[in-house]
Amino acid sequence: MKITTKLWVGIAVLILLSPIGLIIPEHFKAGSAWGEWGADEMQKLVGYIPQCLEKLSSLWNAPMPDYAFKGWEEKGLPYLSLAYIISAVAGIAITVILMLFIGKMLAKKGE
Amino acid sequence: MHIPDGYLGPATSGFFYVAMLPIWTAASRIVKKTLKARQVPMLAIGAAFSFVIMMFNVPIPGGSTGHAVGGVLAAILLGPWAACIAITVALVVQALLFGDGGITAIGANCFNMAFVLPFVGYYVYRAVSYNAPLDANRRVIAAGVAGYIGINVAACLAGVEFGLQPLLHHTASGQALYCPYGLSVAVPAMAGEHLLIFGWVEAIVTALAIKYLQKQAPELLPEGGV
Repeated sequence: MKITTKLWVGIAVLILLSPIGLIIPEHFKAGSAWGEWGADEMQKLVGYIPQCLEKLSSLWNAPMPDYAFKGWEEKGLPYLSLAYIISAVAGIAITVILMLFIGKMLAKKGE
Repeated sequence: MHIPDGYLGPATSGFFYVAMLPIWTAASRIVKKTLKARQVPMLAIGAAFSFVIMMFNVPIPGGSTGHAVGGVLAAILLGPWAACIAITVALVVQALLFGDGGITAIGANCFNMAFVLPFVGYYVYRAVSYNAPLDANRRVIAAGVAGYIGINVAACLAGVEFGLQPLLHHTASGQALYCPYGLSVAVPAMAGEHLLIFGWVEAIVTALAIKYLQKQAPELLPEGGV
């Protein structure tokens, strides 16, 4: 097998294993990453929501916020894990397509 | 380390967008000169690896979470400029599609994770692996050290960016308008968790990948490459 094929298989395996990155933090009751709290968490942490932070925090409506489907928040870990894998597949597919396109534009031909 | 919208004031967000413009320009110019067509799939694999490895959140029990970036590995294999482009693409997709990292903070997040992290990692790897044969264990160690130092420098920088906000922007009564934690909290928090935990994840991931490639595809481990 070519090394690039092996590495793509490796990426696919990592995608399938990615819900580990969701389940283990949940199990240990770990919260958000430092500095990535939502506005309501901020209220609990410092007793107020910084004005501009509150305004800007809803600036962008991502189609799959937090690597999940909108409305699936209460569905439980199996569903969230599935959404996580689908997010990984979608995100990586778009990243790879963009990267191949940019690479094609930049790379010297025939070498 | 994905700074969300609302944590950085306009001065900081704007500064890093402006700072990234010449870096992105230089990256595309330099990669255009050096990237060979047969390396394009590796570039895509590098971006995909960085994307997926960032999804493996590692918990600090009862506390916060964090993750590796995978960017030092891309820098070792493809050079820091190509890695800069690959990580930028991953970060932009994460911000736009998944709301991971703010739109206004793309400049700052790219500066930390797509510029500082791969460059620091790359030069540390070059220094530690200097003159080592392709199959030497020193290359594995160099990769680990490079991953550890690269992600920690980036995390410290993110801590500084967070920590400057209460100084730059606050109400008359002293309430913060953006990130409420100053340098004395933000820098130790960001540096501490990466020095203790997430830095080791980046180190192990980078070292294991180099170890694997030494066995499977040593031709991918060039001494040079820009």
